[in-house]
Amino acid sequence: MGETEGKKDEADYKRLQTFPLVRHSDMPEEMRVETMELCVTACEKFSNNNESAAKMIKETMDKKFGSSWHVVIGEGFGFEITHEVKNLLYLYFGGSLAVCVWKCS
Amino acid sequence: VLPASLKMPHKQQPRTQSIAMGRGARKKDEDSGTDVGEGTDEWAQSKATVRPPDQLDLTDAELKEEFTRILTANNPHAPQNIVRYSFKEGTYKLIGFVDQLAVHFSQVGNLIPKDSDEGRRQHYRDELAAVSYQGSQESAKVVISETEILEEEEEPKEAEAGSQTDVPTAEASEKMVEEELITPKQPKERKLTNKFNFSERASQTFNNPLRDRECQMEPPPRTNFSATANQWEIYDAYVEELEKQEKTKEKEKTKTLVAKKMGKMAMRKTTSMESQSDDITKVTQAAKIVERMVNQNTYDDVAQDFKYYEDAADEYRDQEGTLLPLWKFQNDKAKRLAVTALCWNPKYNDLFAVGHGSYDFLKQSRGMLLLYSMKNPSFPEYIFSSESGVMCLDIHVDHPYLVVVGHYDGNVAIYNLKKPHSQPSFRSSAKSGKHTDPVWQVRWQKDDMDHNLNFFSVSSDGRIVSWTLVKSELVHTEVIKLKVEGSSSGSLEGSQIHTVGCGTAFDFHKELDYVFLVGTEEGKIYKCSKSYSSQFLDTYDAHNMAVDAVSWNPYHTKVFISCSSDWTVKIWDHTVKTPMFIYDLTSAVGDVAWAPYSSTVFAAVTTNGKTHVFDLSTNKYEAICSQAVVAKKKNKITHVQFNPIHPIIIVGDDRGHVTCLKLSPNLRKMPKEKKGQEVQKGPAVEIAKLDKLLNLVREVKTKT
Repeated sequence: MGETEGKKDEADYKRLQTFPLVRHSDMPEEMRVETMELCVTACEKFSNNNESAAKMIKETMDKKFGSSWHVVIGEGFGFEITHEVKNLLYLYFGGSLAVCVWKCS
Repeated sequence: VLPASLKMPHKQQPRTQSIAMGRGARKKDEDSGTDVGEGTDEWAQSKATVRPPDQLDLTDAELKEEFTRILTANNPHAPQNIVRYSFKEGTYKLIGFVDQLAVHFSQVGNLIPKDSDEGRRQHYRDELAAVSYQGSQESAKVVISETEILEEEEEPKEAEAGSQTDVPTAEASEKMVEEELITPKQPKERKLTNKFNFSERASQTFNNPLRDRECQMEPPPRTNFSATANQWEIYDAYVEELEKQEKTKEKEKTKTLVAKKMGKMAMRKTTSMESQSDDITKVTQAAKIVERMVNQNTYDDVAQDFKYYEDAADEYRDQEGTLLPLWKFQNDKAKRLAVTALCWNPKYNDLFAVGHGSYDFLKQSRGMLLLYSMKNPSFPEYIFSSESGVMCLDIHVDHPYLVVVGHYDGNVAIYNLKKPHSQPSFRSSAKSGKHTDPVWQVRWQKDDMDHNLNFFSVSSDGRIVSWTLVKSELVHTEVIKLKVEGSSSGSLEGSQIHTVGCGTAFDFHKELDYVFLVGTEEGKIYKCSKSYSSQFLDTYDAHNMAVDAVSWNPYHTKVFISCSSDWTVKIWDHTVKTPMFIYDLTSAVGDVAWAPYSSTVFAAVTTNGKTHVFDLSTNKYEAICSQAVVAKKKNKITHVQFNPIHPIIIVGDDRGHVTCLKLSPNLRKMPKEKKGQEVQKGPAVEIAKLDKLLNLVREVKTKT
């Protein structure tokens, strides 16, 4: 019991550590920073609705960097995508969310 | 004229009459006919008037009477007195003004004015007929717009629940209004051109021919990417990240104050660089191996020699040996610095440390500490640089990663090879009791009672200081102050002023740990004990010039060797005040070292670039090998060291080069085995060997 509680505390602790952890990215530095911040903002704003968060991210990315972007937010998924080079960001956020943003028109 | 007038006279006669009548008075009579002007002259003479039969007979007076006739506009048929009954007055009244108009002819015409309603309607109808041919679109648009407007109007009208009759009438009226509104827009009134004075001119410029151009850009490159997002992946990633952060935090904590300022900047760089240079650090291990392989390939023959070559010619040389040059170690950064210290690593037999500095009093520059491995002769394994020249160094026996270094400016420092920073881990400073003169020798001692690291240093300022590493700080204890005995300089009241001697070399006894020898600049050697701080156990007047090196024999506890710039090497028995053996090498001796495998072999290096190897058991008086080992004779050799295991020596010169030489078999002769006896009784045999020699010498001496 103590162990599971400990693990729970750890998990909560991790969730509290809501810093975005970039798993894979081949974007230029500025673009990456902007996109990261946007993702954090969106996920925090729509913390209980992945779809709205994804929508916000996608629309903002389309405006900023051109069409057409694709965004996937979730807690458990596997994927294989084709993306334009230097336009992919895959990051973890909030201890349990994974966000994948890529451009492919 | 005459014949015409001949015919005419018949008809002309009445005419002349009438003409004559007409001249008299103008009368509206039957047509008098055309006057013929011909022949009037003739016929005017004849005044014979001819009267028609039904003409009135009138008197001449009546004929001459003039009747006036007046033409008026009055209608002769109009009544002249119209009387009308006026009801107002009740009588008949005469109307003065009578309408004199007489209509002769009337016809109803079919012209209508343009601007009247009927005119406009007709005009519109004509236009419609013309427009309907042009296109149905405009009319359709008109219809659509009409219907739209109608629809809009219909809705409120439906709400009103208007009668259906109203709607179509409204529609009709709407249509009409729309039509009328639209009509002025549609027809473009053509300008009436003056057909008589107007001529049209038109011209058309050349339009350039059109050409299609197509271009297809390359689409932006695409790649595939795949990953899985699970809770456990995310968890693992975060745990890794936390660990990394903790590591960086630890690194920051362990940095010293000196390095903190630099460290902050560097840490930022390194943290940002780490992510990039992580790949490089993973490759360092592989790179190192590859580098060594390349070196091995390059120096393959040398490595083979090192391992296997035994100079076969030694058999023919009568007990003389040679030194085979193997590798040469040098580094660009240390090029102009002399080799001031050499030391083999006790644990790793291929690793040795080289200290670089300068012996020149005037030309003092920075110093370097390089550690080379024999496996990689082209580049040192470790490089440390310091501001002051390195004068001596020692590697700890138990902790082969700790190197203690003495500097020209009197400081001592400890370098930790495990932490490859360029800064020493511990350093003495002015306030922590550094020497005031160059430190000539440092030696590690055994750990003290509290397991603290401990080393000794000797310097020209006459102090021998013991340093202890207490909790990452160097604490110094002065062990002995070298005094020049018997140097009273005629002072008052017999007080002796002791001048301080300058220590240049020292060595600790192999077994009696507290006994050590110190060589001084004056040429004296003192035997001291750690426990006595003011008095020496013994003094030897060794040399005429500064003692460069002293060294106890590794096997024999009583024998030590010393060398000096006065060109001599002397071997002593510490119980005897005079040397056992004296060797005069023809130039100043820089360093002397016992061989680790034999008690009777030692090597000495001189400033003329020669290395001398002596074996007392074979030849007491001469070197069995004297060889120039440096390229240029100008190079002075400064130090020599035997490798504890391999039969090689390293020799350093004042140009910063270290040469590695292999001892030929003659030089490392082991005593011939007696049949049945083991040779492995190393130390005892050696001692016995030396004893014999000493006894011989002593006998000679006692005899003399």
